[in-house]
Amino acid sequence: MPPLSVVAFMLLAALTLGSAGIVAFSKNIIHSALALLGTFLGIAGLYVTLSADFLAATQVLVYVGGTLTLILFAVMLTSRIEDMKVSNPQGGVAVAFGLIAVALLVLGKVATETNWPSEAKPAVPSTAKLGHAFLGEYLLPFEIGSVVLLAAMIGSVVLARRAVKRAWEKG
Amino acid sequence: MEIGLVHYLTVGAVLFGLGLFTVMTRKNAVGILLGVELILNAAALNFVAFEHFVAGGVSGQVFTVFIIVLAASEAAIALAIVLQVYRSYRSIMADRLTALKN
Repeated sequence: MPPLSVVAFMLLAALTLGSAGIVAFSKNIIHSALALLGTFLGIAGLYVTLSADFLAATQVLVYVGGTLTLILFAVMLTSRIEDMKVSNPQGGVAVAFGLIAVALLVLGKVATETNWPSEAKPAVPSTAKLGHAFLGEYLLPFEIGSVVLLAAMIGSVVLARRAVKRAWEKG
Repeated sequence: MEIGLVHYLTVGAVLFGLGLFTVMTRKNAVGILLGVELILNAAALNFVAFEHFVAGGVSGQVFTVFIIVLAASEAAIALAIVLQVYRSYRSIMADRLTALKN
């Protein structure tokens, strides 16, 4: 019987990669978008095993609660019901497989030839340290991130609205 | 058997490969966005894994928070653009958007 942490890692990795496989290979865009849920939840679990508890909560809140809902809205608004069956066609599969094989070979060579520290470390909570880092060392990037979010919000509202013709703009 | 850095790197690399495959083969613009999300998640997982096993501190998690922020704004903007493209073309298949060709 392997230790519980190994079992947990294996289950989370299988959930993540299995769902990512559905995202990559499903012919139905709705299946792809819903399978992304499993990937995000699996990654959140992996964050917990890496002692990043705040990130796990953020991952669930932002990705599952925000981004995934947004993507599902976009899928529903941009697909017609009758062509739902093959709503996610693929092309250039052979080229893609070749390029990814090369990329994974390079990554695997680097990962196996480098002498990484391999001992397992215990998972300890890190939210307090992260908060101190954000309000100390990383304060300026933190504030710039807020501005980026505000700009993205205004930009997406402006982009997504329908053009409104006002009374004085006729002709 | 112990779970070490290499295991997390493997998950990250496979996730990145699947994301790259999605970006390269999909014709649906929303499908391409799903692939970008996979790639960003793979990168974020690698940041956190390296921080936990090698670097220490919280700098990897800080980077991951910024990745999440940028991914959220990227998704919002890109989906707004996709909606506008759908309004003018009645289709979001990337190979049919050829107005700028020639």
